[in-house]
Amino acid sequence: MPIKSYLAHPQEDKKQALFEALSKIEQCEVIPAKNEDLLIVVTDTNSQEEEDKLKKLMENIDSLKLLSMVSGFNTPKND
Amino acid sequence: MNNTLTNRRSFIKKMAALSAMTAAASLFPGILFAEEQIKGIPDGDLEWKKGPCRFCGVGCGILVGVENGKAVAVKGDPNSSVNKGLLCVKGYHQIMCIQASDRLKYALVKKNGKYVETPLDEALDLVAEKMKDTIEKHGKDSVAMYTSGQSTIPEGYVASKFMKGAIGTNNLDCNARLCMASAVTGFLTTFGADEPMGCYEDIDHADYFITWGNNMAEMHPVLFSRMLEQKNRRGAKIIDFATRTTRSSMASNKSILFEPQTDLAVANAICYEIIKNGWVNKKFVEEHVNFNKGLTNIGYGLEDKFSFKDKATKINFEEYKAFLADYTPEKVAKYSRVSVKDIKYLAAIYGDPNKKVVSYWCMGMNQHTRGTWINNLVYNIHLLTGKISQPGNGPFSLTGQPSACGTAREVGTFTHKLPKGVVTNKKHRELAAKIWKVPVDRIPSKPTYHATEMFRAVDRGDIKFIWTQVTNPLVSLPKTSRYRPAMEKESCFVVVSDVFPTPTSDVADVILPASWHIEKSGMYGNSERRTQQWDKMIEGPGETKPDAWMTIEVAKRMGYGDLFPYSEENHAEEIYNEYIQFHKGAKHGMAPLEVLKEQSGAIWPYVNGKSTQWRFNAEYDPACTNGKDFHFYGKKDGKAVIWQRPYEPAPEVPSAEYPFWLNTGRVIEHWHTGSMTRRIPVLHKAMPNAYLELHPEDAKTLGISNGENVKVTSKRGSCIMPASINERGLPTKGQVFAPFFDENLMINDVTIDAFCPISKEPDYKKCAVKVEKV
Ligand code: SF4
Repeated sequence: MPIKSYLAHPQEDKKQALFEALSKIEQCEVIPAKNEDLLIVVTDTNSQEEEDKLKKLMENIDSLKLLSMVSGFNTPKND
Repeated sequence: MNNTLTNRRSFIKKMAALSAMTAAASLFPGILFAEEQIKGIPDGDLEWKKGPCRFCGVGCGILVGVENGKAVAVKGDPNSSVNKGLLCVKGYHQIMCIQASDRLKYALVKKNGKYVETPLDEALDLVAEKMKDTIEKHGKDSVAMYTSGQSTIPEGYVASKFMKGAIGTNNLDCNARLCMASAVTGFLTTFGADEPMGCYEDIDHADYFITWGNNMAEMHPVLFSRMLEQKNRRGAKIIDFATRTTRSSMASNKSILFEPQTDLAVANAICYEIIKNGWVNKKFVEEHVNFNKGLTNIGYGLEDKFSFKDKATKINFEEYKAFLADYTPEKVAKYSRVSVKDIKYLAAIYGDPNKKVVSYWCMGMNQHTRGTWINNLVYNIHLLTGKISQPGNGPFSLTGQPSACGTAREVGTFTHKLPKGVVTNKKHRELAAKIWKVPVDRIPSKPTYHATEMFRAVDRGDIKFIWTQVTNPLVSLPKTSRYRPAMEKESCFVVVSDVFPTPTSDVADVILPASWHIEKSGMYGNSERRTQQWDKMIEGPGETKPDAWMTIEVAKRMGYGDLFPYSEENHAEEIYNEYIQFHKGAKHGMAPLEVLKEQSGAIWPYVNGKSTQWRFNAEYDPACTNGKDFHFYGKKDGKAVIWQRPYEPAPEVPSAEYPFWLNTGRVIEHWHTGSMTRRIPVLHKAMPNAYLELHPEDAKTLGISNGENVKVTSKRGSCIMPASINERGLPTKGQVFAPFFDENLMINDVTIDAFCPISKEPDYKKCAVKVEKV
């Protein structure tokens, strides 16, 4: 049951569009920065396959420039 | 999902978000998120315990969240003035290595070629017996200890007391020889006192940061983000002076590239310009500076038993000025590949009396066959202009390891050192003998082996017993192609204390299971003279023990118990209290334990209940007693020294057969030889293996594409690794770069074991190699 966090960098002037696209995805929680072109995405999925699929889905969003993973926790195994 | 699990998941999600925010803050200083998002993580049953980060010399304060005896979270300590709550990716994930499945939990003794799990008491009996037996048969100087800038202060202290005070041999050196020795000799020759005069608060005051061969964005990331913050907020400028384009160059205002080794010439050219343009701070120089020259053509230490002693001769300002005539910007530009304009640009920054300048450096200047010289030369610039020991003005030599300063340099775990002073000084030996309660004659007055020579002595069969703690020399030494087979020889009994198996423990006769950082109490000292203490936070697994305690146990077994009257539960504190007697006084007083327990570190000299932030400046430093504005009290006459040091070439330069310079170093994800960080899944996945960076044009000429395997070969050995083109860093044409964290791709089989004849620190940044597609 992975929980991961990412930094999502939007394409130029596409921060709002990226925020909306990511917010639509059920497993994503999105925290936009107030003063920089950057969003934090926390994902919560039930399996590694689901997580991989989700990552692909996110990477295909047009308004996304770059997605970089910051941390990953696998619960409850590593608790 | 029951309620507890839901809470747990929501807690972890907050942690994940917080970790991303921290990372974002190091990328975008000053970044803000909506208040409700950063209200913090629910505390649950967590108890937050303070300490310093395990990984680098920046010494960020961390808070470790402990729940039911387990470390479950790390966050930056907002009360630490070092990092103000920020951490880099390594710091944030540090505790994730503790539970690695191959953790060393029990002692292992090699029997008939196989490691056999052995009760720790028995393994320690064997170590003591072997050590004693070796001394009886072959003398005291046949046994050695090799420790670390990651050893805690108590660990370093008992190692020194054990080897020098109990056994009576100077066969103790440490891996800080490989990273900091040139900084030490630079400080001692120029100021007569080790360690930087300023502190990190300089960052808040400087107008310019000039980094000399120092990729701070990856190696000192939290400090670099503090510099970026000043760049964004106040328009402070970062000038990156380096041999390779890195993440630091890209984030700087200006990147200036130079040909390897010619930093010596450029530093002299800057001084030439400062004098020529009348930018010398005459009053400062007249009152506070002497001029010296040393010997030249000093060799490179390539042969066994190499020895060298510098000789200082006083010169005057006019003689120094005449010497600099060989270093006009026009002459230096020809071989340094730095344009005349850029040399003048750098000189004008240092020369402008209205601009505050901090110079930062680390391995680029220290791992240099003229490491002491280049340290001296950068001090020359600051001394000529009087830009030193003031907020925002000063030369600042950074450390790599978390306690290279606190342990290796201050406790003195080098062959020539004592906790105060050097073995060659009778008074220093007498003080050590008094505090250690040993006869003064037991402490030998002659240094023996520095790191490289210690492993050469193992190879020659002169050292027959070696004990390594908190370090992995068979990945980190230069020319491991010689020292790995040396350590495998039957002639030497090898004891390795560590947390995880490494290529060094692979050749051990006994492996001792060490406690990790937060499983023991200790103190570290960071780059800004800050001593930081922490209490044991969790229990270690199996029979793991703190290194200090294992040293004490062996000492007791060898009959030196009366010298180590410490208790197991409280030994770190008892040892610290004994140790700080060495540094009593205004010049190096250490903060008492109570203070360290209360606050996130204190900077020495700690005098009258206060940290001294800027040494040698009478306004801040109570040890200044000459009645003037500055007092360089490390030198008898209170004056610092400007050294006349020439440019001399590297011992091995690119040739027809080996046409490339090889430079080596670190990456942000990994700490040193990767024995810890490669066991942290997030970090390992982000940077799974080493690589060889090439300039795209060189790659094209050789027909090499990105990711293809290449063989990099020197006269000493070779290594096959994937090519990296236009990825993280960009070497100049004719240069390649490889990180050394990967024990499977051993670039140190290729490097050269030449060293600075004064500091004995090896040069990992320059040797000649060829590169072939495989
Ligand atoms: S900068 Fe250094 S001390 Fe700070 S968190 Fe990173 S590794 Fe740790």
